[in-house]
Amino acid sequence: MRYLPLTPQDRTDMLAKIGVAAVDDLFANVPKSKLLKGPVNLPHAKGELEVERILGAMAAENISASEVPFFVGAGAYKHHVPASVDHLIQRSEFLTSYTPYQPEIAQGTLQYLFEFQTQVALLTGMEVANASMYDGSTGAAEAVLMAHRVTKRRKAILAGNLHPHYRDTIETLSRMASDEVVSLAPNPNDAGADLKAVAAAIDAETSCIVIQTPDVFGNLHDLTAIAKKAQDAGALLIAVVTEVVSLGAVTPPGAMGADIVVAEGQSIGVGLSFGGPYVGLFATKQKYVRQMPGRLCGETVDAEGRRGFVLTLSTREQHIRREKATSNICTNSGLMCLAFTIHMSLLGESGLRRLAAVNHANACDLADRLADVDGVTVLNKSFFNEFAIRVPGDAAKIVEKMAKNGVLAGVPAARLWPKHKALKDVILVANTEVNTDDDRAAFVAALGASI
Amino acid sequence: MSMNNQGRPTSAGETGTAAAHPTFTGNKALQIEEALIFEIGRPEVSGVDIPAPKKVKARIGKLARNEAIGLPGLTEPEVMRHYVRLSQKNYGIDTGLFPLGSCTMKHNARLNEKMARLPGFGDVHPLQPASTVQGALKLIDTLAHYLKELTGMPAVAMSPKAGAHGELCGMMAIKAALEAKGEGHRKIVLVPESAHGTNPATAALIGFEVRSVPANADGTVHVSDVKAALGPDVAAIMLTNPNTCGIFEKEIVEIAAAIHKAGAYFYCDGANFNAIVGKARPGDLGVDAMHINLHKTFSTPHGGGGPGSGPVVLSERLAAFVPYPFIRVGKGYALVEEGGKLDKGEQPFGRMSAFHGQMGMFVRALAYMLSHGADGMRLASEDAVLNANYIRASLADLMSLPFGNQPCMHEALFDDDWLKNTGVSTLDFAKAMIDEGYHPMTMYFPLVVHGAMLIEPTESESKASLDLFIAALRDLAFAAKRGDVDRFKGAPYHAPRRRLDETRAARTPILRWTPPEPFKEAAE
Ligand SMILES: Cc1ncc(COP(=O)(O)O)c(C=O)c1O
Repeated sequence: MRYLPLTPQDRTDMLAKIGVAAVDDLFANVPKSKLLKGPVNLPHAKGELEVERILGAMAAENISASEVPFFVGAGAYKHHVPASVDHLIQRSEFLTSYTPYQPEIAQGTLQYLFEFQTQVALLTGMEVANASMYDGSTGAAEAVLMAHRVTKRRKAILAGNLHPHYRDTIETLSRMASDEVVSLAPNPNDAGADLKAVAAAIDAETSCIVIQTPDVFGNLHDLTAIAKKAQDAGALLIAVVTEVVSLGAVTPPGAMGADIVVAEGQSIGVGLSFGGPYVGLFATKQKYVRQMPGRLCGETVDAEGRRGFVLTLSTREQHIRREKATSNICTNSGLMCLAFTIHMSLLGESGLRRLAAVNHANACDLADRLADVDGVTVLNKSFFNEFAIRVPGDAAKIVEKMAKNGVLAGVPAARLWPKHKALKDVILVANTEVNTDDDRAAFVAALGASI
Repeated sequence: MSMNNQGRPTSAGETGTAAAHPTFTGNKALQIEEALIFEIGRPEVSGVDIPAPKKVKARIGKLARNEAIGLPGLTEPEVMRHYVRLSQKNYGIDTGLFPLGSCTMKHNARLNEKMARLPGFGDVHPLQPASTVQGALKLIDTLAHYLKELTGMPAVAMSPKAGAHGELCGMMAIKAALEAKGEGHRKIVLVPESAHGTNPATAALIGFEVRSVPANADGTVHVSDVKAALGPDVAAIMLTNPNTCGIFEKEIVEIAAAIHKAGAYFYCDGANFNAIVGKARPGDLGVDAMHINLHKTFSTPHGGGGPGSGPVVLSERLAAFVPYPFIRVGKGYALVEEGGKLDKGEQPFGRMSAFHGQMGMFVRALAYMLSHGADGMRLASEDAVLNANYIRASLADLMSLPFGNQPCMHEALFDDDWLKNTGVSTLDFAKAMIDEGYHPMTMYFPLVVHGAMLIEPTESESKASLDLFIAALRDLAFAAKRGDVDRFKGAPYHAPRRRLDETRAARTPILRWTPPEPFKEAAE
């Protein structure tokens, strides 16, 4: 077995040193009748080549995003990641290290976390950010719990245009924790109605309102007024961003008064990978920092007075506070933070702005082309790189037909809102820098042929 | 070009110490001081060339971001240097022995990295039509099959994103099952004092009350103590097995029976599964739910703190409550999401997160399992246990074992009794290990052992590597006993940084870079 260095002779010698006759003597605590006599019923060891064949065959059964004109978004986006990012995150010292509990030999990890936290704070327009959550959706659920701690209230109001997976994640955790959640109905046509409904629902028990921008249909929201309305009522505004590239072009939630910003960071540096691992960005105001979930990296000095970094404020965390911790999170998304921060360092301010501009322009171009297709309407007044279209017919069937014609067209809204009949003919369509004019022409042609 | 031999050969005869020759830069040859990206980068610079956008009528309106963001940009050569230098300040498994107890720092095979990056896995979107991702669904289903087979459990929830998230999923399933039976009043969760912090934190997160169960002098939980703590208000126990002291709970079958008899559920923390893969199956022991840290037992890289993946295997009693989404195999592979048709008895309790789990970790874990096979996984566990016991046996004469010199599982737990009156603490000892080229063991965990040192070598170490490690620890132990306190108190001396001031970091938290004052003025 290529991964196991002990030889049969080593094993014999080691057992002698330990003073037992056989390895099973070391398993003496396992009840005799429960100790397996031999290997379980699974195939035996395989060489690299055989493993590559087996997994390669499975991989080949999937259509990958780079193979076809690709417009699927709704919380995960196809972007181009520079080659150096994937190279660097595979450096042994990053890839095979643990959580930086021994800071003297983990300054590499700690420094990039400090840089990551700063980039996230700048991007979201907030004062502080943590060293990541699992992903955007779990970060959103944690943000709701944090708001409950800050406000000492236990009712969250979720905007109708929040990604349904985020809504369900928040609802599940809240229901289990016996907290109240009010989930509003989706408003694909009229973005303004979404915020109006939230505003109307705020009451004296409300701990927080959760609003996504760009929302799941792609609409952009000015959160300034609703932030004030919430805060006047003693509630917090939690802003959710599932497409961080938008922050290169759109006013960040921090500048509009958000108290907590939660984002999915996958778009920067992290591939699609069928849904994970991704990286949750979590930022807030300085005054709430001790109520934050997750790890924080802070600057300090070493015994010789040199700048260095450590994990800090850990009295919030499970390993110190146990049942009184702000969260149970331990392992987070370390390596995805690294991918994010490397890609963001490469982009820089000018690169991010340009990337965002290209995304937006490409989406506008597709929207304009679609406006000319008979029976198809673009529902958005505003958007960044994703919008919703209404099609004549069953959206899921049309998307399936388009897939057969070699175009992955987007997400039928019915997949996310199976019970909303009014959304049966809606498709969410994303368009990033990877899409070419030819891709958009192929989209229009395939759509035309499928309706 | 041939080498000019002027000044050569050098001789090894020069004298002097490193400390007597500080460098101008602060660099130490291959150890190079590295500034922050904010000190290196410039806002107008970019390491990515992007063609100009098309000219279109923008749809962002008055929400356009006009103010400077403040992000630095670096060119590719600058980025390469920055991160390579940072990497050189880190210790990884590929650097050396990483005996971090409870964390299973085993070898991370590069084949697994390669497989996870196949476009058919790494470049597929979670919301593509199911017809276009049949292979991806098959991979998840295959991994699920392996996990069920290895644990002897009938069901598995694949979506949890790490161990603690798996705990949450398992405890939610238990809560849902209790509520379905009309027993939602059961609010107490029993947690041994030796448990990992995530156990009580998880229970509390969803409204359970934590009741402690004492650990005994032999390091295990006794069924009599569990029975004494059980009652009609108890929902579950969260027990780690093998436990955090590195011992297999020998009364586990009786404990499981007692829990079930009292109408409660048995949650097992599976962080230490690496000791028993292919040797014993939690399903045979009476476990109802157990998370598996794929980033421990099945070798997906820890990546400096994540990502992980924490599938939860479930017993017959909990199988109905697997959360959305889950895979159903029929004509092909279907993903059952909210609103999907449920089979009789299926009662998903909700959703743990967006999408379907940590696919990248699934591919790596399955590559590990296929590579090792049933035989190799069993052997790996035996070797992990053998290696830990070899360390225990080789250090038992010098260092103290809190529960006597009995066999351990895949990790050997020492306490600091042997350091009494030496002036050296567990922390000092750990820091001196750094100077010797080792990552320290887990220290001060579990909490039930004073000055705990939890050593987990894993199966990835050769005997020669263990012998060297043991020799280094013995030398340190002798030094401590001899009173060579300086070797410990100031350690590490040779790491990229000396000890860091954590008190200062917590008292005046600096959690992000801010421009130095003169900069700020210039910008205003
Ligand atoms: C015993 C034990 N339980 C639970 C966990 C939590 O797992 P994770 O870090 O994957 O959330 C850990 C890992 O650190 C552990 O050692």
